[in-house]
Amino acid sequence: MMETFLEVKQLRKVFGGVVAVNDLSFEAEDGNITSVIGPNGAGKTTMFNLITGFTKPTSGQIFLKGREISGLKVHHIAAMGVARTFQHVQIFPEMTVLENVMVGRHTRSASGLLHSFLIPPFFRKEEKKIRDDAAQWLAFAGLETLAERSAGSLPLGNQRMLEIARAMAAEPGFLLLDEPASGLNARETLVMGSLIGKIKEMGITVLLVEHDMELVMDVSDKVVVINFGTCIAQGTPAQVQVNPDVIAAYLGE
Amino acid sequence: MGKKDYIALFIFALFLAIVPLILDNDYYTGILVFTGLNCLTCIGLSLLMGYAGQISMGHAAFYGIGAYTSAILTVQYGWSPWSAMFAGVVLVMATALLVGIPSLRLKGHYLAMATLGFGSIVHIVALAAIGLTGGPGGINGIPAFEIMEFPLDTDVRFYYFTWIVVLLGLFLALNLIHSRIGRGLRAIHGSEDAASSSGVNTSVYKIQIFVISAVYASVSGSLYASYVNFIEPDPFSVMHSVLLVTMVAVGGMHKIWGAVAGAVLLSLLPEILASSDALFSLLGLAYKTDYDMLIYGCILLSIMLFLPEGLLDGIFRGLHFAARIFRKSGKEAQTS
Repeated sequence: MMETFLEVKQLRKVFGGVVAVNDLSFEAEDGNITSVIGPNGAGKTTMFNLITGFTKPTSGQIFLKGREISGLKVHHIAAMGVARTFQHVQIFPEMTVLENVMVGRHTRSASGLLHSFLIPPFFRKEEKKIRDDAAQWLAFAGLETLAERSAGSLPLGNQRMLEIARAMAAEPGFLLLDEPASGLNARETLVMGSLIGKIKEMGITVLLVEHDMELVMDVSDKVVVINFGTCIAQGTPAQVQVNPDVIAAYLGE
Repeated sequence: MGKKDYIALFIFALFLAIVPLILDNDYYTGILVFTGLNCLTCIGLSLLMGYAGQISMGHAAFYGIGAYTSAILTVQYGWSPWSAMFAGVVLVMATALLVGIPSLRLKGHYLAMATLGFGSIVHIVALAAIGLTGGPGGINGIPAFEIMEFPLDTDVRFYYFTWIVVLLGLFLALNLIHSRIGRGLRAIHGSEDAASSSGVNTSVYKIQIFVISAVYASVSGSLYASYVNFIEPDPFSVMHSVLLVTMVAVGGMHKIWGAVAGAVLLSLLPEILASSDALFSLLGLAYKTDYDMLIYGCILLSIMLFLPEGLLDGIFRGLHFAARIFRKSGKEAQTS
């Protein structure tokens, strides 16, 4: 029996009069890839923002390995080993590709303000380590040749990979990917799929939101289907594909 | 900080060391002291504007608080300029925290308005609190700095002192932006969401950098007070804040060196204009200092329109372009 890694319990988020997430409950198992699918506006991104602390739930709870994280600040949750990517790519366009990934090492390094001003020897050592580690994660995402380019000048496909390299640089235990294949062409989507597979092999629990059904069915261990903010079905990809409620939600019956 | 920065810093220092030897004129040396003081403030402001992406329209107030603390403590309480400067820094840090914590929750125009309001309050206090600040009459007889009983009482001595402080400030700032903290700051500028989800505590970082940039202004103010011996509220008005922001924007917000370039250019501009009287009379105009603001405005406008990355970046791109053309024509000459 697999251990529960993430537990979402009766989660609810109301924006004004709109119920974006409506008493949603589901679990993600340790080391698995769990995908969340659903029509546009089903509340997937809101759910991501709730888990990573960008918005606070109206009610309900979120547990990470049994520890409640709902209501914690974003950087606290990040420090607990939660990394994410964004539906609309969020990179640091004016920094180099390598520097972007170096920011990802933030939670894995400790130099403070005074060290930054006065550059003592151990600071330089840590700085070098940050650079070396970041270069490794850049290579993991296949971007090593672009290290010194300005991040804003990369095409979208590379920017998505860069987001993943930055997230992985934090060596997270839990990775949330918000539509990583959106805007990618067929070949890039394949590369993304194999990258997600590699991440799973490293023992990292993944929560994936994605519209590319082929990718979802290919990589997922479990699929959670939500519509109007509630879970309408969950199970293995094969089970979900034949579920009549899911078909109805997607075909708009 | 990278190798290039070290080389640039070294060349800049060398250049600054030679200037007074060539210049040998107290009036111009004095202008260069003010230029250095503006540089120092602008370096701090550029950390805030260019790297953390926040704006402050109240930096002249921190400059003023530094200057007035130095003036009051040395003249009325007999403190040494050094300890008075230190007290100014502490006071400015406290003030910046107090102003920064609520203000930095605001963004863009709102932050500009909040800091503008703060700047104008400080100016009014300087004008009205006659018992403390001397009001419009100001404070007279501020003593000169001393290093091991060696008084910095001539223009040339103070010139070297000021620029050493500027170079130190530049060195620290360049270190900061190439560090983990500095990357965190630049990340906030790029995408606050991505920065915080990478573990950067964005609100604490923004306040820290606000306080640091205020300290730069405060030190600059203390030096100003000691150099001029006399202070009044006018140089610390909101107009000066606007001028500081203009300097940083003109030079190029996203590079510390840009702030240096902008501060140097706009500090020297009034002198250049005043001495180009002949040019104005050629146009049938008599030069008035009132034209300065007009010309500043034109410069800012054209920089924003044509060189949004600032003057320094524009010059570098121009040089690259020229080098490319030069090489190309060289090749063509060879082939033909």
